[in-house]
Amino acid sequence: MTPLLDVRAITKTYGARIGCKDVGFTLWPGEVMGIVGESGSGKSTLLGCLAGHLAPDTGEVLFDTRIDGPRDTLTMSEAERRMLARTDWAFVHQNARDGLRMGVSAGGNVGERLMAVGARNYGNIRARAEDWLDRVEITADRMDDRPGAFSGGMQQRLQIARNLVTGPRLVFMDEPTGGLDVSVQARLLDLLRGLVRQMGLSAVIVTHDLAVVRLLADRLMVMKDGHVVEQGLTDQVLDDPQHGYTQLLVSSVLQV
Amino acid sequence: MTQMKDRTMIELENVSKSFTLHNQGGASIPVMSGATLRVAPGECVALFGPSGTGKSTLMRMIYGNYLADDGRITVGTTDVARAAPREILALRRDVLGYVSQFLRVVPRVSTLDVVAEPLITLGTDAQAARDRARGLLTRLNIPEHLWPLSPTTFSGGEQQRVNIARGFAHDYPALLLDEPTASLDATNGAVVLSLIEEAKARGAAIVGIFHDAEARAQVCDREVDVGRFTPVAA
Amino acid sequence: MNNTSENVAAYNFAYLDEQTKRMIRRAILKGLAIPGYQVPFASREMPMPYGWGTGGVQLSAATLTPDDRLKVIDQGADDTTNAVSIRKFFEKTARIATTERTQEASVIQTRHRVPETPLTEDQILIYQVPIPEPLRFLEPSEVETRKMHELSEYGLMHVKLYEDIARHGHIATSYAYPVQVEGRYVMDPSPIPKFDNPKLSDCAAIQLFGAGREQRIYALPPHTRVVSLDFEDHPFDPSKADAPCALCGDTHSYLDEVITDDAGTRMFVCSDTDHCQTRRAAGHDKEDAA
Repeated sequence: MTPLLDVRAITKTYGARIGCKDVGFTLWPGEVMGIVGESGSGKSTLLGCLAGHLAPDTGEVLFDTRIDGPRDTLTMSEAERRMLARTDWAFVHQNARDGLRMGVSAGGNVGERLMAVGARNYGNIRARAEDWLDRVEITADRMDDRPGAFSGGMQQRLQIARNLVTGPRLVFMDEPTGGLDVSVQARLLDLLRGLVRQMGLSAVIVTHDLAVVRLLADRLMVMKDGHVVEQGLTDQVLDDPQHGYTQLLVSSVLQV
Repeated sequence: MTQMKDRTMIELENVSKSFTLHNQGGASIPVMSGATLRVAPGECVALFGPSGTGKSTLMRMIYGNYLADDGRITVGTTDVARAAPREILALRRDVLGYVSQFLRVVPRVSTLDVVAEPLITLGTDAQAARDRARGLLTRLNIPEHLWPLSPTTFSGGEQQRVNIARGFAHDYPALLLDEPTASLDATNGAVVLSLIEEAKARGAAIVGIFHDAEARAQVCDREVDVGRFTPVAA
Repeated sequence: MNNTSENVAAYNFAYLDEQTKRMIRRAILKGLAIPGYQVPFASREMPMPYGWGTGGVQLSAATLTPDDRLKVIDQGADDTTNAVSIRKFFEKTARIATTERTQEASVIQTRHRVPETPLTEDQILIYQVPIPEPLRFLEPSEVETRKMHELSEYGLMHVKLYEDIARHGHIATSYAYPVQVEGRYVMDPSPIPKFDNPKLSDCAAIQLFGAGREQRIYALPPHTRVVSLDFEDHPFDPSKADAPCALCGDTHSYLDEVITDDAGTRMFVCSDTDHCQTRRAAGHDKEDAA
């Protein structure tokens, strides 16, 4: 079996400041990896480098493409990378407004990726958009409403539908539950977990919320000051943390 | 049967473990040393010893939940102490089941699906997986009207039985049972013991913690005193 | 100093200086070489406000030669303020001949229409364009829209049509209807009615598009294939008002709706005034359609 994503020695600096330093890992099909760390730990920089939003100084991001097998997405043409970004990849932003077209209806938001890959039958596009809205628990009667009329949780679910409609194999998520009420978070997590399992998705989830990774991630990477200080099975890292920083992180969570 | 017992399913050799508390002056607390254990297919081994001797720690190390400092832990063909995360995930999916004392599930998943999930993950047809789940829930006396509900709102005993049903959904070749009969009444306790006996009969290697001496006597072939593995204070 | 001819003599031919015209001609040639691609150009201040056709006027100025005969139309009519003033502008600054007859013109500057009379290879049609970027209303970033053109990422254009159907049950965009040029660039045909879109394709004349405020020129060389975007199950429909012209009886030309009194009485007449007059001169009238 070939890893879906093989990340090697990614380093990104901002002048003298380290964004992330020498990060490498292998993600296998169907695996969900969490990246935790506090603000400024470099986790979002790393995610940006993986998803092609930022150009790292050094390193390789090998993605197992459907046609040509593993390719370094950092050296492929921008056209190819953008094609990946709207077919095999998905990116769920923390702020749904960054991932949605606020001037376009919910149905249009979901349909965009289909039209971007050549769908030209209105009836089919609409049917698939409706199906996906249903899967993220948005009723058909809201289909022609704009996202501005939706609650925060609904916007986030809409963003997920918009991303998953083309059946991607790899999803990047940046604090997908950040800024949502706790009850809304639980619903979203449950939904995400179900979708990830059903579709056999691989995912990289950046969050500072350990409960999120406990529920969603098979594996965990802990970052501090741009470095990976510890990685392993999620439950092992959380229950038997080896690094002092991870121990601090785990012991700092308030018990309910 | 003798043939089966010649083979080893779960094997620990000279396993040691300590916790290093980096944020409390780097204190290192040794909790286990020289732990050695062999469990053959069809065999049930009970861990015993006073609380704090490391029974749960040992189980967690076998499951890959705690890292071993030293020694070898083999389950089937997997070297748990050295395996990559995905190998341990595969082991847990196919080979090694674990019934813990706590049910950790997402709030909105139905009881039926919580129990069927291990089979569905393995690629079993959803219908067949749910049929199996129904059978187990029925045996464990979870009323049918509760099946569509999430177990998070259930009583402790009900949660424990859902947890057991989930642990026995797939015929794991190796099973870890952490106090499976603890909060159950006599009737349900008996059901659990018969499930364990059936698992043994099909060749499962089982490591368990049983506080109930009668239960231990009924299903366990051997007892291992975990106190033997407690490190001698320096 | 009030002598008009002296003042006019102070202008270079067709108002713009020769270097500026060269710059614009280079942009035109680039536009013709890459049909549908928006070429940036250093748009000049013209003696008229933006929105009055400053882009078209600069293209005309760079295109006209002393032998040309210019026609200017605004919404199909030669006699509206905008058309009259631009025609006078070139009569004054280039002293060239003008006409209202489509067939007689060698250069036609237009706002929001394509003449009904088929154009020939001896003619140049110059469109005034307010907003050249067809993706603009859905994607506000210029950097991003340029990238989309570069990589032919045009799904967004269909999102606009999708939104139309979702809201109105059909593609309600009736003017500035987006087209794709030779299977490559998606282009805004300027706010012509979608009725005129088919005339863009395989046209014998050169078609030039100028946006003065937005500083863009784009072009269609003769006989370029231009396709209006649509869905399989909602095909492009170049419809118009379903009525004959009340003056010349034509059932095939694009019609303006004219309200004739306070009681709401209305009539439909050809938007292309030259077309209508030519037909009436040939003896057609409203009885034709009956």
